[in-house]
Formats: sequence, structure tokens, C-alpha cells
Amino acid sequence: MNKPLNKMAVQATINGEDTAFLCSPGQVLAEVLRDELDLIGTKIGCNTGDCGACSVLVNDRLVCSCLVLAAEVEGQTVETIEGIARGGKLHPVQQKLLEHGGLQCGICTPGVVIAAKALLEHNPDPTEEQARYWLAGNLCRCTGYDKIIRAVLDAAKTMRGEAA
Amino acid sequence: MNAYQEFKVIGSRPVRPDGLDKVTGRARYGADLNMQGQIYGHVVRSPHAHAVIQSIDCSKALAMEGVLAVMTGDDLVKPGNEMLGGGEGAMALKDVVPMVMSQGKVLFHSQAVAAVAATSPELAAEAARAVEVVYEVLPAVTDVHKALADDAPILHDDRFPDGYPEEPTNLATHISLTVGDPDAAFEKADVVIEHTYSVPMCHQGYIEPHACVARVDPAGRVELWCCTQGHFTVRHYTSAVTGIDQGKIKVTASEIGGGFGGKTTVYLEPLAVVLAQKAGRPVKMVMDRGDVFRATGPAPGAETRVKLGAMRDGTLVAADVECLMDSGAYNGNPAGIPAFMATACYKLTDARSTGRSVYTNKPKIHAYRAPSIPQVTLGFELAITELAAELGMDPIDFRLMNAVEEGDANMMGAPYKRIGLRECLEVARNHPHYQSAVAEGAGRGVAMGYWINAGMQSSATINVSSDGHVAVLTGSPDIGGSRASMALMASEVLGIPFEHIHPQVAATDSVGHTDVTGGSRTTLATGQAVIQAAEQCVAEMCRRAASEWGVEAGVVTWSQGAAHHGENTLTFEQLARRAGGMGGPLTFSSSLTSTSTAPGFGVHICDAEVDKETGRTTITRYTAIQDAGKAIHPDYVEGQMQGGAVQGIGWALNEEYLYNADGVLENPGFLDYRIPVASDLPYIDTVIVEIPNPLHPFGVKGVGEVPIVPPMPAIAEAVYQSTGVRFRDLPLNPPKIVAGLASG
Repeated sequence: MNKPLNKMAVQATINGEDTAFLCSPGQVLAEVLRDELDLIGTKIGCNTGDCGACSVLVNDRLVCSCLVLAAEVEGQTVETIEGIARGGKLHPVQQKLLEHGGLQCGICTPGVVIAAKALLEHNPDPTEEQARYWLAGNLCRCTGYDKIIRAVLDAAKTMRGEAA
Repeated sequence: MNAYQEFKVIGSRPVRPDGLDKVTGRARYGADLNMQGQIYGHVVRSPHAHAVIQSIDCSKALAMEGVLAVMTGDDLVKPGNEMLGGGEGAMALKDVVPMVMSQGKVLFHSQAVAAVAATSPELAAEAARAVEVVYEVLPAVTDVHKALADDAPILHDDRFPDGYPEEPTNLATHISLTVGDPDAAFEKADVVIEHTYSVPMCHQGYIEPHACVARVDPAGRVELWCCTQGHFTVRHYTSAVTGIDQGKIKVTASEIGGGFGGKTTVYLEPLAVVLAQKAGRPVKMVMDRGDVFRATGPAPGAETRVKLGAMRDGTLVAADVECLMDSGAYNGNPAGIPAFMATACYKLTDARSTGRSVYTNKPKIHAYRAPSIPQVTLGFELAITELAAELGMDPIDFRLMNAVEEGDANMMGAPYKRIGLRECLEVARNHPHYQSAVAEGAGRGVAMGYWINAGMQSSATINVSSDGHVAVLTGSPDIGGSRASMALMASEVLGIPFEHIHPQVAATDSVGHTDVTGGSRTTLATGQAVIQAAEQCVAEMCRRAASEWGVEAGVVTWSQGAAHHGENTLTFEQLARRAGGMGGPLTFSSSLTSTSTAPGFGVHICDAEVDKETGRTTITRYTAIQDAGKAIHPDYVEGQMQGGAVQGIGWALNEEYLYNADGVLENPGFLDYRIPVASDLPYIDTVIVEIPNPLHPFGVKGVGEVPIVPPMPAIAEAVYQSTGVRFRDLPLNPPKIVAGLASG
């Protein structure tokens, strides 16, 4: 009674590496990243695009990977939390989250890092309000967002080359 | 008097040891482990809120290719009257088993009735749909008042609360306490007010759904990986629910993506174990977000009547509190806490408090951050504010006149030791926030909060490696930075750098029994075990140094990470390197039941502005002040205060379980069950008031739960001040505000 194997071969650049994987047509990107590619840093909190824990960048665009079909990334560039720290050096957002204590349980942290990185690429000098609205799609139940926002604005400062 | 008076590293803010893994995506949470050869479990859930199960036929599902196991409630133990400890308070087995899977009767929508395991998640879901369940549907009741009516459907025909032995009722518990003579005190009071306040059922809203993977070997030994606030509790409960000996079960706690009390029990874990046993393959189970809302224990909704009496000079003389709480389908014991603790912030020699809880066709309630206190505190604190206004007094001055201090007793009887409630109120009164003018159109509210704080059992083991680094093993899952506080405490006692301490959350077979990370007990009690183990290490190192130098151990001193006597010095690292020749491996364990706990108090100030047209409330400024004992790592103390305050803000303004007439939850997702997002909020200012807990060597007291207590009454008052309309029923969502403003 097993259904015939109905898999698609997909090629994409994931965290800078040419990657090929098989997926079923209905499978979402979050699931493939986690279950096929062992990129478990992408978290699934809701599977409905409401919590932002599965945030990734597709061609530098911030998306919920639970709302993107895996087959859609054929030929595209995907960046996940595993690709953010490069050459053993943390991204300033990661570093500042650590310094400010901007995480408690940490389940939302990968999504927050991805979303904040995208923010600072679009807007290197966001106001507090702009940072809050940009990150409104990333639910955090632990921190009340205070230290997250402070960390993101501090990271922006560092990236602009200003003293903290 | 605290054993330690001056600190070198306690109170500093180093980067947490597990931080790197968590900002780079390497940390493994409940759903992040796969076992070789694993298959996938899927739960069959009831489409009815109240029904008798007439039959369950799993044969079609089991016949499907790739389906390797099916199970029903018949595969779990039949509970009698056994009590289980170890969660946040004792729990009856008969209230735990049906939250894992029903046995014969369904009492809430989406209750588990069967489960299947198959080679893919999709196939498991398909097989679950092939399970045939025949129900005799019964009328459902979701409202506590309707549940107490004479014609209400009765959920349990075999349960009789104390004092009601005659016939079954939906009353689950009824607790009443009186001190002094409240009736006489009300008689002599100059001013008496009485109002009723309500708070809706809500969910902890942790972002990580429940998840686990279980393997059972041919000898019946179980390996279980899951996200939990207490893996020893998971082992105990899984054993009790499945009948497998605890000794055969090893539980490893994954990283945990939030819990707030909601992950102090089992839901999927016993099912995965039973399915794995039947299938002979590891079984992974991950709960769907909708099922997290529909079928795990939320926080009880409550209605609280508060009657207060005071003299014209501002002396509070009498209180009568009656709290009616929704227990859901089984007994979650929510009524005792409001009965015992409703009045805990106030000097009151004449008071009565009553707590009742009621069965309804909803999931059994479970712990949520300071369980049951925020609900009753909305009523008590808002009534205090209303009474202060009636007396023409400033709300902080009125509280200062009546706040408890050392030597005062609450309804539980024992007098408080050194506490910092009055200091918090004074900080609040002098705070720039309270001293500032309220913005045009906005309003300001102030409220206090109390939480008892737990002690309970903890263990720690310290293993010293030959290079002088130290592994600190505890049984407390790290839900918000506890590895950092454990490492700081070990570093303080041992005198070696924070970076040389490597804290780990050990599995149930690798460290002594430890109760849940909950009740604000981890830094206090597990910290105490770490301190004791580290002190043993220091004592042994001094003994070895003394032996080397041929002197009495008592004359050797320990400071700056080294043993000293006269000109002689042996460092921690030297003693570690030479351990083999000086008495063997350096390993030290401590286990304890902490009796050092002390209650926590907080005061919050909230400014809010209500848009009179849309009814939307914006929090414009918020300050949280807390008697936190000694803050071990202030970032994570502040983080608890900010996070708790924001959970309270969400509960005050938006969060609410909405059931339809059939007992079906209508908002089981983060879109419609709206928790606060970053753009809803201002910065949450914090002031840590450090009044050391005299019972703890470092002065630690629990911090995590108090901050969810004051927000609801503080916000409700701010909304009143902004609108001029008194709202006593939460949440204060836009439709309610608009309707309230329209009716004046």
C-alpha cells in the first residue's frame, strides 16, 4: 500500500555550498533543512508562519521556511543559522545577543539572528521602533524582547564602526 | 547571616557557557535528535469534548504497510489513588494518565484516545485517520458557573471533594481559611469595598512544542530523550503511567525551548515508550502547535470576589477573598494557592480566604509561572488600589502602610524572615518613573506581587580534570541561563576562572535525583548543591595540601584558587595535576532537600494609553522592581523580570482561550492566540533590590515567578486612569474596551 516514491531532485546553494537533496513536492523547506540536511538550527515552533523560529534567507530575503516549499529553492541561495558565523567569527548580532544576555531558552534565537541580520543589511541604522517592527514576526516568550532589541541596536552600532 | 559576605565573581555578567551553541544553531532541543532506525508516532485525538468511548478499532491502521504499532489507553496502567510527587507539587496518577491518553471516557476536545507508529510522519498521520473510534457524545460544559448548576453534565461520577460526600458534583476542591475575626473587623471598618474580578484561561505559550524520541532494547531498557523542565519527573511519571520500573528508564533532557511550568509533566513520552516497545524500533513524536494549545495543560481562568475593609487613617483591617478557578477536566489543584496566598503582601490579622476549583470539559490545567497567584492578585491588588482611591491615598503610600515585613505572618502562619517588600515600595515611590508626570491621555497603575518560591530536591557533582578544569553536573534543565549561575557559584567557591567551569545537565543515570526546574528553585536549591560540592572540593584540596606540608588541615587556608600555609602555596591546577598521587580522583557530590527558600516580592509601575477609537492599549512605560535576594548573574535576573512582566502584559491585554458551545478551542495557534510581539512593547526597566536571603549561603532567592504577578492589576488600573472606565474582567482587548467605553 506504500505510495510510489514521488521525489524531486533539487539543487541549491545552502550556506555557500552547492547542495542537492531529494524532497516530495509537498515538503516544506524547514522540514528538508532539518530532516534531510541535518541543519537543525532552523526550529519549527508553529508550522504556520506565525512564530518566526524557522526564519531563513532565500536570495537574501527573509522568509519563514515552514511556508516555502523545498522545491521552490531550486537554483536559489539559502542561508540558515549554521551559515551566519563565518570563519570561526560570530556575526555581530550573535556576539551582542551573548553579551547582552538576549536569550533565555534560546529556541527563538536562530530566527532572531537571521531576521536581525536581514534588518541590518536593509537598514544599518534602525531606530528602536524600526527594529521592533522588523522583529515583530519573531516570537520570544522568555525575554520580553528588551535585551534582544538592545543587542540588535548595539550590533548595528558595531557594524557601522561606532564605539559601543 | 549569609556564609559568604563578599563576592569576586557573583554578580558579574559573563557570557553564558551554553550561549555559543544557542546563537549558532548547534544546541539540540526536543525535536532535534534522530535515533537510528526511528519511526514516527502520531496521536489520534477526540473530536468531541465529552463522550464515552464505545469502541476503538485499530485493525485497519495496523494492516497498512509501514504501520508498526498501535496503542490505546488499555496499554497504560489503570490508576487507583496513587500520588506522584516531583512536579510542581503532588499530582494524583488518575489526573496524569488521562492527560497522556483517555481510558473509556473523553473529557475534553483533542484528548488522546489512541496512537500509531509508522515509518514516516505522513504515513503515521494517515494511519491515525484509519483508527475507528465510536463515541457516545455527551453534552459538554466549559463555563465554571454552568458546571456548578444543578442540571450540569457531571464529568466524574466517582469523585467527591471534602465536605461533599453525598453525590457527585463538578466541584473539584474547596479550601477555606480564616484568621482572627474578619466579620467583626468589617463591622468596625470605616470603609468597605467589594468587587468581583475575572481572568481568562491562558496558555504558557512556550515556542517549542513537546517532542521526544524513545528507544526500548530487547531487555526492556528504555532510553528517552525529551524537552522537559525535569527529566527525573519524566522518568517517574513515565514509569507510573507505563508500569515500567524507573530503574530501566534513562531520560536525557534536551535543551528546552521554554516551559514556564507547562513542561513539568508528561504527554507524549509514555506513548513513545509504549509504541517503541511494541514496534521494536525507536519512536519519535513531535506535537503539533494546535495540539499544544488544545491538549496540554493551560493556566486556569478564575473569578475572584474581594471584600476589603480599612480605617480612615489608611489601616487595612479586614479581607474576604473568594476565588473560583477552572480546573479543566481533571484535578490540577489550583484552589489552594489563592486560599493560602491571596493576602500574603499585607499585614492582616482578620481575614478569610476561600478557593474552589471546578471540573469543566477543557484540558486539565497545569502550572504556569507562579501558578494561580496572578489570577487572584488581579482581584486583590486592584481592590487595594480602588480602596486607596476611596481613602484619597496614594496607592504606594497605602501599600507602604500595610505591607508585610520581617515578623509578620500570612495565612500560612509562619512569620516572614528578612524580606524586601517595603524596600521595593520605597524604590518604586522614589523611582524617576513614578516621580514623572503621567503623559496626557495615558494612565498609571501600580501593583505588588508575591510568590512563595520552592526549595525541593537537587543534586550536583563536581569532577575535576587533571588540567584543573571542572565539570559541574546537575539534574536541572537550563531553561534560562542556569548553567551560567551554576558556573558562577562554583567559580566563587573554588576561586578558579569562570571559563574553567563547564556546567552540564546530566541524564538521570549520571547525577543524583533532582526535581523540576520550576518554582523558582533552581539557582537556590541546585545552586546550593553546587556550592556544597565545591566546598567539599576545597576542603579535600586543603587536606591534601596539609598532608604534603605535614601540617594540620585546619591551618591551611583557601583563597584565590589555591591552598596556603605560611610560604607554601599549592594552586587548584597543581592539586588537580597531582591528584593521582595525592589520594586519587577529585570528584564530589552533594544532594539535598533545600530548606533555604524565601518568598519573593515585586512592585511594578505601568503607564498605558488607550486609543479611545480602536480600543487598543499601548504600554508606554514599564518598570519592574523586585526583591531578588543576591543576584548571581544580573542579566538573567533582569531577563526573568522582563519576561515575566511581558507574559503578564499579554495576559492582561490579549491572551485568552476561546471555546465554542461544543467545547472546541477556537484559537489554537499563535495567529489567534496572540502573545506579545516586539512592536507591542517598550523597554522594560528593572530595579533589582538585593536583600540577601538569610537562609542561603549566597543570599539567593527565587526570582522567576514573581514578575508575572503584578502586571495584570497594574495594567488594569492604568487603563482605568487613561479611560475613566473601570474594567474588572480581563483581557482588556480592543473589543472589550470599545464596548466598555460605549456603555460608560
